[in-house]
Amino acid sequence: MNATVQPSGRRPARLTTGRIGLYAFLPISALFFLTPLYVMMVTSLKTMPEIRSGSILSWPSAHNLDAWVRASSQACTGLSCNGIQTGFWNSVRILVPSVAASIAVGAVTGYTLSFWRARGAKTLFAALMIVAFMPYQVFIYPLVRLFAMAGVGNSLLGIVLVHTIFGLPTMTLLFRNHFAALPMELFKAARVDGAGFWRIFLQIMLPMAVPIAVVAMILQVTGIWNDFLLGLVFTGCRNLPMTVQLNNIVASSQGERLYNVDMAATMLTALVPLCIYFISGRWFVRGIAAGAVKG
Amino acid sequence: MQHELPVPHGLVRPGAVSLRGVEIAYGSFRVLDRLDLEVAQSEFLVLLGPSGCGKSTLLNAVAGLTEVDAGEIWVGGRNVTWKEPKDRGIAMVFQSYTLYPRMTVRGNMSFGLQVAGIARAEIQRRVREAAAMLRIEDLLDRKPAELSGGQRQRVAIGRALVREAAVCLFDEPLSNLDAQLRTELRTEIKRLHVRLGATMIFVTHDQIEALTLADRIAVMRDRRIQQLGTPTEIYTRPVSRFVATFVGCPAMGFIAGHLVEGRRFKADGLDLSLDGYQALGEMAAGRPVDLGIRPEHITLAPGHPEAIEAPLELVEPMGSDLLAWVRLGTVSLAMRLPAETPLSLGDRLPVMLPASRFNLFDAASGLRI
Ligand SMILES: Nc1ncnc2c1ncn2[C@@H]1O[C@H](COP(=O)(O)OP(=O)(O)O)[C@@H](O)[C@H]1O
Ligand SMILES: [Mg+2]
Repeated sequence: MNATVQPSGRRPARLTTGRIGLYAFLPISALFFLTPLYVMMVTSLKTMPEIRSGSILSWPSAHNLDAWVRASSQACTGLSCNGIQTGFWNSVRILVPSVAASIAVGAVTGYTLSFWRARGAKTLFAALMIVAFMPYQVFIYPLVRLFAMAGVGNSLLGIVLVHTIFGLPTMTLLFRNHFAALPMELFKAARVDGAGFWRIFLQIMLPMAVPIAVVAMILQVTGIWNDFLLGLVFTGCRNLPMTVQLNNIVASSQGERLYNVDMAATMLTALVPLCIYFISGRWFVRGIAAGAVKG
Repeated sequence: MQHELPVPHGLVRPGAVSLRGVEIAYGSFRVLDRLDLEVAQSEFLVLLGPSGCGKSTLLNAVAGLTEVDAGEIWVGGRNVTWKEPKDRGIAMVFQSYTLYPRMTVRGNMSFGLQVAGIARAEIQRRVREAAAMLRIEDLLDRKPAELSGGQRQRVAIGRALVREAAVCLFDEPLSNLDAQLRTELRTEIKRLHVRLGATMIFVTHDQIEALTLADRIAVMRDRRIQQLGTPTEIYTRPVSRFVATFVGCPAMGFIAGHLVEGRRFKADGLDLSLDGYQALGEMAAGRPVDLGIRPEHITLAPGHPEAIEAPLELVEPMGSDLLAWVRLGTVSLAMRLPAETPLSLGDRLPVMLPASRFNLFDAASGLRI
């Protein structure tokens, strides 16, 4: 009979202190972030008398969708009382061209900076990175003046331009890092094959940048959708985005405060980024990581 | 700047390459220093040198992928110094995976031809021919990710061949392959050269590749060409200790010593005659030198009056032959012997060092004497 030979040394512990800490931390942070969501959800389903009488954590007695209907189509935002739905469509009209333009411009700049040794490329990139870390409020006043002079103030075009400009550092960084990881020789091979600036970009580099473009899209969609300040300053009153209209509903001071309508409107506004997070959480994390590695 | 010479038709040599006083610097770091090089039509020239000596830079300059700071580059009788890569009549194969990942093999091979606006039928013909030559017909519809390393390099070579350029540039195309594939593809490249008659400039840091492929080898070190010559010249008469060490496997053995009166070499426990050594210049007595000799040039000479008794320290069988390490004075030297030579450790072997096979280098400068 063979004696089983025991491996020497202690078996590695399954449960280390670090693990215990992690397991304690996870539910606590989950609770921390989920509680407000829960409160908003139940409040939006309650009637006003129920809200006034009960605790904010209590389950609604009947599921009442009145608040959601009012929020989406009847609540007053400023002068008109069409609910937040106009804001939704305004936001979509701002979002689509802004996301497309900022990604396109960022991809081209990132590509140029990584492959075409343009004069001053390093300086330009450094400048972009410095600007990326400046509070953007600094630029608002000069931009407002500039846009007014150029005749694009208070317009859809204006806000799209602003989002493109403010998205430039992040988008450039994202695409530059992606392209910088590709072998330079791939680019050289294409040059020997006779391809020029745009052909190399469109036919070779862009097809390889699809994953990073998805990441860029997630970052831009959430960022632009959630924007309040730029929308308020640059869009003019006819195209105000959903966030601004939400503020008008929530912050309006006449009469009784309709908490259930406020909550419903807030959740409607948060719906787009929320969906993005749920659908693409994995990609989103990748985007954060990609943006974080090296300058 | 010189203008293009008017070359009479029929005298155009589309594959001749010449570099005249080429200088390239990255910032203040000079990579190539007034470099001259003439490559003849249909020649196979190998640029050999350690990593970082500027081989790729030189090749990129010929291809037009790096701007030169001074000097001129001529291909096929035309001054192409400021021409785009595609207009130079060159094709290039790179070291790492440079296939376009989203295109099929066929797409990769036809891309350059499509850019050049060549007719579809002609593209198909060229792709078919190149694929047949490289035996990759079965792979034409695959993506690069579905290919092995060796297949990828075949496709990369195919992509260069379809250009039907008079000059093919290779930048270490075999370095990423395992040993067996490397020899296989090496033979294939040589066969292609014979068949196509294109001028080939091939960069490598592998001396075996250089010796097997080249018509001429340019050994590079520190931004310049140290020696330019046929593989035989480079192997048998290296101009410096650097070239001598870099080329040949197993490496040349060295004995440090000095010259003495009457054309003799003296080292610790050794005194050798230099009769028969072809010196480049005068051999002043007292000069400190390194004496180099290749393992296959040391022979056994039982009973010869000049033979030296050398104790055997180690035997390394290499299949067809063996390496015997013997002690001469204070150094150990390898000698190459037939595999069946009966040897046992501690034997005292009668060893002959023929002066005609010596390589003497100045100890300070490392240059051949
Ligand atoms: N783009 C570049 N910027 C700065 N230095 C470079 C660049 N490319 C190459 N070098 C430097 O030039 C030298 C020669 O490089 P290279 O021609 O690639 O050498 P090799 O191909 O012989 O290994 C190296 O020291 C390398 O560090
Ligand atoms: Mg190299």
